[in-house]
This record gives sequence, structure tokens and C-alpha cells, in this order.
Amino acid sequence: MTLLLGSITIGLILAMLALGIFISFRIFDFPDITAEGSFTFGAAISAALIIAGVNPLLATLTSFVGGGLAGMVTGILHTCFKINSLLSGILVMTALYSVNLHTMGRSNLPLLSETTIFTWFDKLAVKFSGEGKLTMVLGWEVPAKDLWILLFCLIMVVMVSLLLWWFFRTRLGTAMRATGDNAQMIRALGVNTKLMIIAGVALSNAFIAVAGSLLAQYQGFADVQMGIGMLVWGLASVIIGEALISENSLGLVITGAVIGSVLFRLLVAIALRWGMNPIDLKLITALFVLLALILPGFMKNTKKIRLTSK
Amino acid sequence: MLQVNNISKVFNPGTVNEVHALNEVSLNLPDGGFVCVLGTNGSGKSTLLNAVAGSFLVDSGKILVDDVDITRWPEHKRADFIGRVFQNPFTGTAPNMSIQENLALATRRGKSRGLGWGLPKNLIDEFKLRVTPLQMSLEDRLGNPIGKLSGGQRQALTLLMATWLKPKLLLLDEHTAALDPKTAAKVIELTEEVIRRDHITTLMVTHSMQQAVNLGNRVIMMHKGRIAYDFGEDEKRRMKVNDLLALFDELRRKDQIDNSVAELVAANYI
Ligand SMILES: Nc1ncnc2c1ncn2[C@@H]1O[C@H](COP(=O)(O)OP(=O)(O)O)[C@@H](O)[C@H]1O
Ligand SMILES: [Mg+2]
Repeated sequence: MTLLLGSITIGLILAMLALGIFISFRIFDFPDITAEGSFTFGAAISAALIIAGVNPLLATLTSFVGGGLAGMVTGILHTCFKINSLLSGILVMTALYSVNLHTMGRSNLPLLSETTIFTWFDKLAVKFSGEGKLTMVLGWEVPAKDLWILLFCLIMVVMVSLLLWWFFRTRLGTAMRATGDNAQMIRALGVNTKLMIIAGVALSNAFIAVAGSLLAQYQGFADVQMGIGMLVWGLASVIIGEALISENSLGLVITGAVIGSVLFRLLVAIALRWGMNPIDLKLITALFVLLALILPGFMKNTKKIRLTSK
Repeated sequence: MLQVNNISKVFNPGTVNEVHALNEVSLNLPDGGFVCVLGTNGSGKSTLLNAVAGSFLVDSGKILVDDVDITRWPEHKRADFIGRVFQNPFTGTAPNMSIQENLALATRRGKSRGLGWGLPKNLIDEFKLRVTPLQMSLEDRLGNPIGKLSGGQRQALTLLMATWLKPKLLLLDEHTAALDPKTAAKVIELTEEVIRRDHITTLMVTHSMQQAVNLGNRVIMMHKGRIAYDFGEDEKRRMKVNDLLALFDELRRKDQIDNSVAELVAANYI
């Protein structure tokens, strides 16, 4: 049961990653590999700040800004200097590796003895469940703290999803979706598509950095390698989400990405429990995404999903 | 209104694919002028329109709109006062977004977008009202993705979008070329209607001599990146389709002679 709670919590944290990937890949049709660097960047910023004694919430928000800046650089490289989108992302990702090491000072920063967002829930658990700190869920005894953390992550992801759903239906958000759908058309209607792409990639990486920051705080360390494979991981979540939903309205697609993230994390936890070698995890994730891309009918529209607003 | 002064554009300069698409083209268009642009394939008609719209910057020359020099303005900024319909029905609409979202995007052409609701209820009512006269029974399908519509329906909507806010200048690039004759006639009818109603200054590229004779108050014929002929209002009134066809053939013959001369020169001297 504790394992299940943990998997769902990590799935919800990584839903922020999935939402970021959804923005770059699906809304802007921009294959943005910056994600791998900005995920670690978010973790590095938060870890360094928290160790320096900064309020963990403020540290997380700083990660949001940091990820946004990284995405902005990628967007500028692509739009203003006409560098291929994939290469722009690779350049920034590579540069971020050094930046991350500088930010952390070394390749791994432990946070177990620090006050993170999640240690706050210890106090909540004591307050509501007493010193025993155990709660019954469906007949199982689980640490009350884990339950509170799960609830917090759930509320956060729901709020972010609602925010995104609202944003992409505002005039600005609609113009952003149009930029990904038909840039020539929306330019002819007076929208600066370069600016839209820069803002969109920035937004995407800001959320990805928050995912990195929260994961570091949850697992109790930041590591310079933790971003590796995250792009494909996020993509797998988005793909599962798309397979789950039949109708491609904006609200459903966002919900699908979140559910996909949790489901994928659960699948991985089960596979590991059954004895899958953790070394094979990334290989199997990549194979999974590959299968989803080449199998006809698994994803209804491989290229791009329809985003009528509903 | 529109002043095009000696603009030139070379694509792929210095390569084997070098194309002099525009050669010192000048064109003056008064307020309310409606010019039909004719010319053989590759004569630079689209390039002229794209140069005015800002799809690329010209190599030399100047473009002015209402005496404002817009030569270096980016495309999206020129869209403040330019409406466009493209030859390809896919170019003018966002296929995966609904009809009403596409229309809503057009209602903000040249205005700030901001965080206001993209699709307010009162706007949808207005869309219904203005889509009904198109007689394409789109009014009950406003929520459907625009990509599912036929080319003619898309072009009619693109025209509506381009003129939703009255543009100072309307650029139509063979916007009926991809349509079947019946649909083309309908879209032309809508075009004429809106241009007359709103007195929009228009530059319309067409492949149809008939359209050129029937519409507008001036005809220009392009050839090899230059304006070869320019007929004003009086000349145009007397003009027949056959006259235009004769001119067209003449230009085409010139082309062939140019090519055969080039071959002759090549054969003899290289
Ligand atoms: N973006 C471009 N890049 C390279 N060559 C181009 C481009 N646009 C047009 N051309 C070339 O310029 C010439 C004029 O093209 P265009 O203006 O499209 O002709 P048309 O009169 O048929 O519309 C053609 O030879 C075409 O191949
Ligand atoms: Mg053309």
C-alpha cells in the first residue's frame, strides 16, 4: 500500500513533466529535448536554494523561473537564429549540464536532512493523526504523512491542469494553439509567431523544472543525471493519455496526460516489482513509445491531436 | 494607398537555383482600387503579393501604405491592415481548431490578444449571423474542426476572416484556383460583394481571364518579374477575354523565343 501511494505521488509529480511535454510537443509541435536539462535544472536550483536555507516554496518557484529561462533560450535559438528545433534543444540541454553542476557544486545534493515542501506534511500528520502518524485506508495502515503528500500533489496537479485549460482558451492561448497548428495563418492575422513559440517553450520548460524540483524534494536528493530519459518518459505519459481518451478536446487531453503519467508510473512500479531489471527501464520506455508511434490505431492521430476547445 | 517603388527580389542568390522573381516592380494603387493581376506561371504574381504582405523582405525598393514606409516591417505587424486569402485552402485556416475558434482569431487581427476569454458567447451568436449568408450550412457546425470542411467552404471562411475587420488592403492570391467551377463562382461572388460593400483596396491574382475582365477597375499582366502590361479603368472597360488571351499568348511566345535563342547561343558558343 505504501508502495502504491508512493507510485501515485511520483506519477502526479511527473504529471507536471507530462504537461510540459504536452505543451511543447502537442500544442507547438516542437520536439524539445531541453526538457532533459531543465528537469535537472529545476532540481538543482531548488536543492541548492533549500540547502542555503531558502523557503522551499520560494525555491520551487525559482525553479519554475529557471526552467522558463532555459526554455526561452531554446525558443530564441530556434526562432531568431533559425536553428533546427531539435538542435536548439540539444545545445541548451548540453549547456545546462555544466550549469547544473555549477548550481549544485557537485553531482549529487542530498536533501534528507533539509526542510522541503514535503517535510511540512510531517507536522500536518502529527496534528491530524497524533504521534502514531498512521491512518487506515481501505483496511490498510499507511503513514498519514504519505497520504497528505499525495493529497497535496493531487490538488496541485488539478489546479495546474485547470490553469492550463483556462489559459489555452484565452485569446492569447488560442493564438498559441494556432501557432502550432498553422503558423502562416496566424501570422497573417497579426500574431508574432516567434514570440508565441519562445513563450510556449519557456512555459513548457518552467513546468518541467517544477517537476524536477518536486521530485528532488520528494526523493530527498538532486542528481545531475536525473533528467536523462525524462523527455521520452513524459512522451510515454502523453501517449497513454491520448490512447485513453477517445475525444480530443483540450480539457480531456490535459486530463489524459495527467492520468497517463500516473498510470505509466504504476505500470513501471509493477514491472519492477515483478523483477524487471531497473537497468532496462529506459530501454523499455523507449520501446514502448516506439511501439505507440508505429502501431496504427494505437494512437488515433500520430502526428497531432485535434484540439477543439470543450 | 499602396505605393510599391522599384522593388526587387532574388531567391537563392549565387546558387544554380537563383531566381529573379521581381525586377524593379513599381505599382501605385489608389484608395478603393481593385487590381486584377494576371501572368504566366512563375511570372512573380505570388512573389509580388508576398512582398507586400511581408512574407519576406525585399532586396531593394520601397513599399508604402498610406505614406508610411513598411518596407522593413515584419509580416505580423503588416497584418494590422492587410487581409489575405491564399491559393491553397489549407494555408488560411488552422485545421485542428474549430470554425468558431478560427473566426475568433480573426476578430482580433491587429489588436492585442491578452488573457480575455477566447470565445465569448456573444461572439458565437455573431458568427452564426455572418456565416449564414454564405449558404454553406456552417451555422450549426461552428464547433467542428475547420479541417473537415471542403476547400470552397474553407476559402469562403478565410475570406470572411480576412475581411472581418475591414483591412486597408486585401490580397487575394488565386484564391479560387483550387476550387471546382461552381464553388469558385460562389467564392468570387462573395469576394465581389464584400469588396464593394466595404470599399476595400484589393490586389487579386487570378488565372481566369474571365474574372479579370469582370472584376475590378484595373488589370496588370506580369512577365518575368516585371509588370508587362497595365490597363487602367477605361481600357479595361473595353477589354474582352480574347484580347487578354492574345496578350497572354504573345508573352508565352516571347518566352519560347527567349528559350530557343538561349539554346541557340548555347549550342553555338559554349
Ligand atoms: N520562397 C521561394 N524560394 C525560392 N524561389 C521562389 C520562392 N517563391 C517563389 N520562387 C520562384 O520565384 C518565381 C516566381 O514565383 P511566383 O511569384 O510564385 O510565381 P506566380 O506568378 O506563378 O505566382 C518562380 O520561379 C518561383 O519558383
Ligand atoms: Mg502563384
